[in-house]
Amino acid sequence: MSDYQVTHSKSQVFYDVFERKAELKHQTHYCPGCGHGVAHKLVAEAIADMGLQDKTIFVSPVGCSVFAYYYFDTGNVQAAHGRTPAVATGLKRACPESMVVAYQGDGDLAAIGTAEILHAANRGEKISVFFINNAIYGMTGGQMAPTTLVGQTSTTSPFGRWPGNEGYPLHVCELLATLEAPVYIERVALCDNKNTMKARKAVRKALELQKNGAGFTFVEILSPCPTIWKMDPLDARRWIEEKMLPVFPLGVFRDRPAPQMKESPVPHHTFVEALELDTKDGDTHERAQTSKQAGRSLTLKMAGFGGQGVLLLGQIVAEMGMREGLEVSWLPSYGPEMRSGSAHCHVCLAQERIGSPLISHPDVLIAMNEISLRKFAPQVKSGGLILYNRSELPEGFEMPQARVVCVPASDLADQLGMAKVANVIMLGALMAENDLLTEESAMSVVQSTLGAKAKSASVLEMNRKALQAGREFMQKAATPVQN
Amino acid sequence: MASQARGKVTIDINECKGCGLCVAACPPKCLELEDGLNSYGVHPAHYLGVDCTGCGICFYTCPEPGAITVYRMSPPPKAVITTTEERNAPAH
Repeated sequence: MSDYQVTHSKSQVFYDVFERKAELKHQTHYCPGCGHGVAHKLVAEAIADMGLQDKTIFVSPVGCSVFAYYYFDTGNVQAAHGRTPAVATGLKRACPESMVVAYQGDGDLAAIGTAEILHAANRGEKISVFFINNAIYGMTGGQMAPTTLVGQTSTTSPFGRWPGNEGYPLHVCELLATLEAPVYIERVALCDNKNTMKARKAVRKALELQKNGAGFTFVEILSPCPTIWKMDPLDARRWIEEKMLPVFPLGVFRDRPAPQMKESPVPHHTFVEALELDTKDGDTHERAQTSKQAGRSLTLKMAGFGGQGVLLLGQIVAEMGMREGLEVSWLPSYGPEMRSGSAHCHVCLAQERIGSPLISHPDVLIAMNEISLRKFAPQVKSGGLILYNRSELPEGFEMPQARVVCVPASDLADQLGMAKVANVIMLGALMAENDLLTEESAMSVVQSTLGAKAKSASVLEMNRKALQAGREFMQKAATPVQN
Repeated sequence: MASQARGKVTIDINECKGCGLCVAACPPKCLELEDGLNSYGVHPAHYLGVDCTGCGICFYTCPEPGAITVYRMSPPPKAVITTTEERNAPAH
C-alpha cells in the first residue's frame, strides 16, 4: 500500500484560527459559493510559494472583503472606502522591499475609488491590485455598481440598468490599459475549472512581477456573488460565463516592461536632515536648556488679509522657535482664496509640550489690517502686546488691557522698495519686544523659507533691512501709543 | 484487485458550507453532498472513496481556505535503466 502525500491544503499564509467571532473560527464570513474565498486562496498560495509571507502587506478594502485581515497572516492595513491603492502607494514607497497587495471589490475600486486606482496605475506604483468584479454591491445588499450589466436589476435599479439612466458598465481593465505606466493588466474569471486555473496563473504572474520590481500590476477577477444574484452557486458560475463574459471579455490587456519613468533630481532629505543642513552647528537643542528661555513661552496670533504674508510670518516664527529648541505649533486658518480674504494663524512657542495649537488668548497679536485688529484685539491677554500695521489707531478703538503699538510696516516696506517685506518688518518689531527669538535664527529661517529666491543676495539683503527697520522703529518709538 | 486510487480528498465537515461547487467541478465525479447535515445545518461534501486522481480541482474551486485537503499517492521509485557501458565505465 503506497503512501499518500498532501498536495493541496490550507495555505500557511492563512491564520490557523480566524478570530473574527467567538464561533465559526475556522470559516470565513463569505457566503457559500462566493468568489472571494477562491481569490483569497489563489493570492495566499502564490505568496506562500514565493516565500514572501513575511514581506507581504495586504491592504483590504471596504466591502465584503473588509475582513481579509482576519484571514491573511501577513502585514495588514484596512483602508478607507476606495482608498486602497492610495494606502498601498504609501506603504510601497515607505517600504519598497515589501510586497504590497491591494485587494478591492468593484463598488470600492470602480465607484468611490475610481480616482485612486487610476492615479496609482498612472504613476506606475509597483503594487499588485486584485480587483474582484461581481457586478454588484455585495456587503450593502445589492445596490447597482459601476460594473452592473445593462438590464441587470439591483435594489437601486429595480427596472434593470438602463444606459440612458445609469450609463454603461465601467470597463476598468480597458480604462487602465490606456495609461502608459502599467506593466501587466489581465481579466480572468472564476466561472469554471479552466478559467480558475488561468486566474491562478494571472495572480502568480502579477506577484512575480511585483517581486521583480517591474511596475503596476492589475488582475480583474470576475467573481460570483450567488447570494445577491439570488442564484445557487452553480448557476452563479454559469451566469458569469453567459452574461458577464460578453460584456467583460477575458484576456491580457497589457504585458510589457515599464516605460522609462524618470524621477525628479530633488534630493530626498528627511525633514530632520534638511534642518541639520541649515543649522550646521547642531547645538540648537542644547541652547534651550541653558539659555534664559527656560520655562518661558509665547503665544501669538497673526492676522490680515491673504497675501500679506501672515501665514508665512507665523511659519517663520514657529521655525525660529524650533531652531531655538522650543516646542512649537503653527495653526493656520484661511479661506479658499489665494489672495485677499482674511487669514490668520496661531503660533505657540513653549518650553513645555504644547497641549493645543489653538490659541484663544494670545500674548501678542500682530494685526496687519483694521478688520483683524477689531476682530482679534479683544482676545489678547491682559498685559499683552498688539502690533498694528498703521501709523495710528482707527477712530474709536480702545483696548485698555493691552499695550498697542502702531508699526506702519506696510509704509516702511514701501519705503524700502518691496511691499512684500511688511511681515518681516513686523517680525523685527516683535523681536525688539521679545528676546525669545534671535536675529541669527531669523535670518537663517528667512533664508531657508525663501528657498531658491534667497539665492539672490539682494532679496536676502532686503529681508535683513526689513528686520532691522522693524527693530529700529520699535526702539525709536520710545513712548508707545497708549490708550 | 481494483487498483488503489491515485489521489485522496478529505473534507472538514465543519468548514464546508455545502455550496456544491466541488461536487460539480470534480472531473472523476468522486465527491457528493451528504444526506445528513453538519452542525451548521448544511449538507457537507464528502469523498466517495474511489477514483480520486488528486488533481486538486476541488481545492481551487472551494472558497473555504481549509475545507479541502488533497493527497496524491507518492510515486514509486523510478527504475534506473543503465547500459552495460555505463555500468563498466570507471567512476570519477
